Amino acid sequence: MAKVQLTIDGRTVEAEEGAMLLQVARDAGADIPTLCHNDEVKPYGACRMCMIEVEEHGRTRLVTSCTYPVKEGISVTTRSDRIFRNRKMIVELLLARCYKVPEIRAMAADYGIDVENSRFQVREDTCILCGLCVRVCDEVVGVHAIGFAGRGPDRVPTPPFKEPSQFCIACGACVYVCPVDAIKMVQTPESRTIKRWQRTLPMKVCKVCGEPFMPEYQIEYFTKRAKVPEDFFEVCPNCR
Amino acid sequence: MRRVNSQQELEALREEIRKARDPNQALVTICTGTGCHAYGCMNIVSAFKREIEKAGLSGKVGIRTTGCHGFCERGPLVVIYPKRIFYQRVQMDDVAEIVNETLKNDKIIDRLLYTHPMTEEVAIFEPDVPFYGLQKRIIFGNNGLIDPTSLEDYLSIGGYAAFAKALFSMKPEEVVEEVKKSGLRGRGGGGFPTGRKWESCRNAKGDKKYVICNADEGDPGAYMDRSLLEGNPHSVLEGMLIGAYAIGSDEGYIYVRNEYPLAVKHAEIAIAALKEAGLLGDNILGSGFSFDIHINRGGGAFVCGESTALVASIEGRVGEPRSKYIHLSESGLWGKPTNLNNVETWANVPVIIDKGADWYSQIGTEGSKGTKIFSLVGKVNNTGLVEVPMGITLREIIFDIGGGVPGGKKFKAVQTGGPSGGCIPESLIDMPVDFDKLKEVGSMMGSGGMIVMDETTCMVDVAKYFVDFLKGESCGKCTPCREGLLRMSQILADITEGRGREGDIELLEELGVVMKDASLCGLGQTAPNPVLSTIKYFRDEYEAHIKEKRCPAGVCKALITYEIDPDKCTGCGACKRNCPVDCISGEKKEPHTIDQSKCIKCGTCKDVCKFDAVTVK
Repeated sequence: MAKVQLTIDGRTVEAEEGAMLLQVARDAGADIPTLCHNDEVKPYGACRMCMIEVEEHGRTRLVTSCTYPVKEGISVTTRSDRIFRNRKMIVELLLARCYKVPEIRAMAADYGIDVENSRFQVREDTCILCGLCVRVCDEVVGVHAIGFAGRGPDRVPTPPFKEPSQFCIACGACVYVCPVDAIKMVQTPESRTIKRWQRTLPMKVCKVCGEPFMPEYQIEYFTKRAKVPEDFFEVCPNCR
Repeated sequence: MRRVNSQQELEALREEIRKARDPNQALVTICTGTGCHAYGCMNIVSAFKREIEKAGLSGKVGIRTTGCHGFCERGPLVVIYPKRIFYQRVQMDDVAEIVNETLKNDKIIDRLLYTHPMTEEVAIFEPDVPFYGLQKRIIFGNNGLIDPTSLEDYLSIGGYAAFAKALFSMKPEEVVEEVKKSGLRGRGGGGFPTGRKWESCRNAKGDKKYVICNADEGDPGAYMDRSLLEGNPHSVLEGMLIGAYAIGSDEGYIYVRNEYPLAVKHAEIAIAALKEAGLLGDNILGSGFSFDIHINRGGGAFVCGESTALVASIEGRVGEPRSKYIHLSESGLWGKPTNLNNVETWANVPVIIDKGADWYSQIGTEGSKGTKIFSLVGKVNNTGLVEVPMGITLREIIFDIGGGVPGGKKFKAVQTGGPSGGCIPESLIDMPVDFDKLKEVGSMMGSGGMIVMDETTCMVDVAKYFVDFLKGESCGKCTPCREGLLRMSQILADITEGRGREGDIELLEELGVVMKDASLCGLGQTAPNPVLSTIKYFRDEYEAHIKEKRCPAGVCKALITYEIDPDKCTGCGACKRNCPVDCISGEKKEPHTIDQSKCIKCGTCKDVCKFDAVTVK
């Protein structure tokens, strides 16, 4: 890959052509907040928190650094009043949406927002619609158990037709990746439940130690996908 | 139609079609656009067929069903050639008279002629109707001349000559250069220079390239793209053929919403006819150039007019936009270089190639060349589609062509550019209309919607209407658009329902600036325009709602009361009889009164009162 040169906050930086600005700027020491970004999935550009200013051909514009490929000769600013103003309003909007979510309340306080006196009518949603659950299920797990339904403010991540999921393997990747802990998992010796997708699956018990270690349907899916011997998952990873 | 295998064969066919037609033969053309369909034009067509046969004129008088003429206010429209006698609002009962009087005896029927609502001047012939006479219809004008389902008709008016010219006497680079030189800018909303777009797609690396026609028109009240695709599909297809040749593409898509059944049907018929004639498919006209077009029907999501969302939709994914830092011209449909233009933009291309960039660029202003079709609707006498040169003033469009505001009411504002355009006040009515001027005053060209408002329109209510429309059409992917529109809608509801608070205007402004700056796609970036522009030009109306709990235009129900003026009321009882909730009482010939506790503020009493005794406060 060819290298390109750019400046970030006045410092000259070299980066690989095609790399996204977010990573390049973070590597160069810039502090850029994100909510919808995760290295394991493709850049999405939805939360808009990572917006920074890019000057190119004498024109300055605000771009989402997670989706902006670096270019030769651009000049990047990661801190400015304009950037701060936009991020602050986005956090204020998310706070009004998810008024009780601790992660968002903490973020809002950092931006100097009066958390107790929202300027908007507050709601108590738990999801910030970053889309990480949907994208992880699609791009990493490959199960596509969930997607988005509804438009605009009615948008919601859900299994098809908002019915209990038929395909979720209860792997818990969505639970793990959610930045605001909006997807709850309940684990008992017999079963595992992903509450948001209304999916409960019985657990496989290890032949050796007798402990439950993975939902049976997940084992079925993995066995098919990884083409491992059928008895591979008879034993848990600890006893294997 | 027989297959043509070379430019010579195409010209020979055209000559043959022209020779078979007598320009002096009487011809009845009937507008069968969607607007006139709603008026029942197909019954008129059958009546003409019947009456012409009855009068023994079969074979002597032709009938042609054409696309939309644009003067929708006055439909069903009938134009009789060769003189171009113009009859408007033609009803079933009129048909026999037209056949017996006008066609047989060459007599004009005065009753069916157009009278200007302000000057009261009568026009007999189509070009004398001021609505048409003041336009410059280089793109839309052919709609009235041809049957959109007839390739022969399109060939007879010179169709596909521009394509053949490009194909046989111009290199692809020269075609791109000509379009660049013409100054054509995208008619879909963005206004990006078309030639430059083509050039970057042509220069993009890749063997496979796509061209797309964006016919996902979705602005409330706007229908110019529909009428073009319905009324003259070949002009759009010819533009796409020229573009594909210039860019180096062999496959194209028309993305058209399924709510446009006639547009879909006519585009399908046109594509089938082109394939049969050898003007679409492999080795077109023996040139070695091959190109095919598919039709993709959209589900009617407004956001799918956004190029990246449209491409996702064609690919079978959810129609949501993505960042455009990597342009479609580099990585578009299925990751291949893709060139997307709007219906009207494509229809401009054959004209540019035919008449030349120098001719074309004489029309318009410095930064905006050519003409623009506007959908003129709202509180205006002549509702319809108008094509005007860029640079014409709003006053000329609304008053000279549009015939002004009906009912003697005062003009207040015009909203341009669709739901995310801005409202332009009366003080700016003499400004020239082009891409840059509209942007300068806080609105935009958009795809060409133009909604006229009079003194009875509440500007806060207007802003709320458009924000609510956009809230429902936002895909919800990015935070500022999704959450911002929801909050704007709530604040505007508060203001119009009497719960407005000090600081609401400032909060709307603050929110609007961030939505413009931070939203992912054009929908969110332009969504605050109706709010910001009405605050800019009509701040006093917002303040009246918030501070005085008063709606100056008398629209917002929570803030108004209907009262009966006892001095004017004659006690006729019309209001009492028509009130749907029986809240009006009073003896015959005595002044009536309204029980405010029961009144639902529907306004029926005011509408039915002949003595102007019902007032709104």
